[in-house]
Amino acid sequence: MFGFLARRIIWTVPVLLGICVVVFLVVALIPGDAVGAMMAQVKLPPEQMAVLRRQLGLDQSIPVRLWHYLTDLASLDLGRSFFGYHPVGKLIKDNFPATLQLTVAAMFVATLIGLPFGILAAVKHNTAYDLGGMTIALLGISVPGFWLGLMMIQLFSVQLGWLPITGRGGLVPLIMPAVALGVAESAVLARLTRASLLEVMREDYVRTARAKGLAPRKVIFRHALRGALIPVLTMFGMQFGTLIGGAVIIENVFARQGLGTLVTNAVINRDAPVVQGVVLVAATMYVLVNLIVDALYAFIDPRIRY
Amino acid sequence: MPGTTARKSRTPLAETFRRLRRTPSFVAGATLMTVLVALVLLAPVLTKYNPVKVSPRDRLQPPSAEHVFGTDQYGRDVLARVLHGGGLSLPMGVIPVALSAIAGTLLGLLAGYSRGWLDVFIMRIVDVWVAFPAILLAMAVVTILGTGLTNIMIALGIAWVPYYARMVRGSVLEARERVYVDATRALGSRSRRIVLRHILPNILTPVMVMSSMGVANAILAGAALNFLGLGAQAPAPEWGAILADGRQFIRQAWWLGVFPGTAIALTVLAANLLGDGLRDALDPKLKL
Repeated sequence: MFGFLARRIIWTVPVLLGICVVVFLVVALIPGDAVGAMMAQVKLPPEQMAVLRRQLGLDQSIPVRLWHYLTDLASLDLGRSFFGYHPVGKLIKDNFPATLQLTVAAMFVATLIGLPFGILAAVKHNTAYDLGGMTIALLGISVPGFWLGLMMIQLFSVQLGWLPITGRGGLVPLIMPAVALGVAESAVLARLTRASLLEVMREDYVRTARAKGLAPRKVIFRHALRGALIPVLTMFGMQFGTLIGGAVIIENVFARQGLGTLVTNAVINRDAPVVQGVVLVAATMYVLVNLIVDALYAFIDPRIRY
Repeated sequence: MPGTTARKSRTPLAETFRRLRRTPSFVAGATLMTVLVALVLLAPVLTKYNPVKVSPRDRLQPPSAEHVFGTDQYGRDVLARVLHGGGLSLPMGVIPVALSAIAGTLLGLLAGYSRGWLDVFIMRIVDVWVAFPAILLAMAVVTILGTGLTNIMIALGIAWVPYYARMVRGSVLEARERVYVDATRALGSRSRRIVLRHILPNILTPVMVMSSMGVANAILAGAALNFLGLGAQAPAPEWGAILADGRQFIRQAWWLGVFPGTAIALTVLAANLLGDGLRDALDPKLKL
């Protein structure tokens, strides 16, 4: 197992390096450069544009700029925003906790709703529970999260006055955004848990557990569910990226502070260093989360020994 | 027996249609999608209002016989905007998926069939590519290309390429080990011919299933990016943009939120049903 983990960690290094290179190239290789983008609204004389390009190092060749970018990254310098000249690292540090909080809360909501629904649908396979649960799940993945957010604001904040639209501190302002982000995820989770559990329940070790006279509840929770959770866990790792992307949208709906609001404004202003920084952090998080997920496999399923 | 003869003579295409017709989710999805597309195509006939014409006198009218979905803050008919908006929103589901399916299939074929260093090179790029959350990668591309509907579609198309590449490569590796590929190679067929004539047709089913499921995602992601103001610019009636547009007035006028949102949800539901149905009928291995 440790050999596997070591290989897995070593493999993460080139992937992370690749991510840095791609983030740099996305901005460097596509026609038009940062100065042109910055000055889309303001017309500057060509000489001043040239000075600006030189100051930002844009007159150098791409390999040289990539080298500078990577060496800066190595000292955790993500560059500076074109607007306000704030260090990107600080902007991300200030906004990241709020996004992480929302993402984790949404995962919690997804598990809270999705797991029981999925288990119930599998245990009561081909009954009204199964059909009803899966129909709700289908609706769940079809409703846009940002629209659900808008509708919840209308109902729970404006009409009923139960929940605040936004605000800081405590968990109450987090409820609606987490539900808006987590509902679609819970539907995906319910479908996957059901499918996975149905498959595992046909396996020999579950049949053995049943044959030795264990109570059905024990068979499901002690034996079957453990095996069924492997693909579910994989999905969580893979869906982490989707959740971060979704958080970007949901933060805008609820006017929440976070990476989403930061990156949306940066995209509209074509503030490339900020967009680069946020994308880099999100991709790095994705790689690390999936690394942890891989490591967790062995703990959940005793059959897996690398 | 006549029955047996009939079954034997069924062509693969006819067999596919027979299976699709017997899959309830496919039938439901196809029906709903047909109705939605028909409504969008018939928009000029179904509503007499211009979707972008401002009429301050009629602002924020609740739903009535005259304005079935009410009017927005500029007095524009919401039904007309939703129906005409479908013409902008429905392609959001198809074009990015087509772009990524084509590019991903080509990359996957190249990697899977060439093997060796080219395979390793392409797949390592794919490993890095999938690490980027699609929405964020699309936003990064929009930063450079600029906002606009076409740019959003290109950006989303780029973001989903690696998923197709991975899947196609896997299928190619599986297909190239089959006996019929060995046989064609033994008969002296060249690589390109083997890939295009023999392997490609066999991996089209998973690509089709994945694409049909991707349509729902693309509509959702497209609507979300438009909602953020990165796509269609006012007064274009794209569904996500309509929601963003009416956002401040939803408190007084619920119809500004309910109708465009329902249009998105119904379209995504139809696409999901179609995707589930295609998967169940054509590729039961993938069944969730």
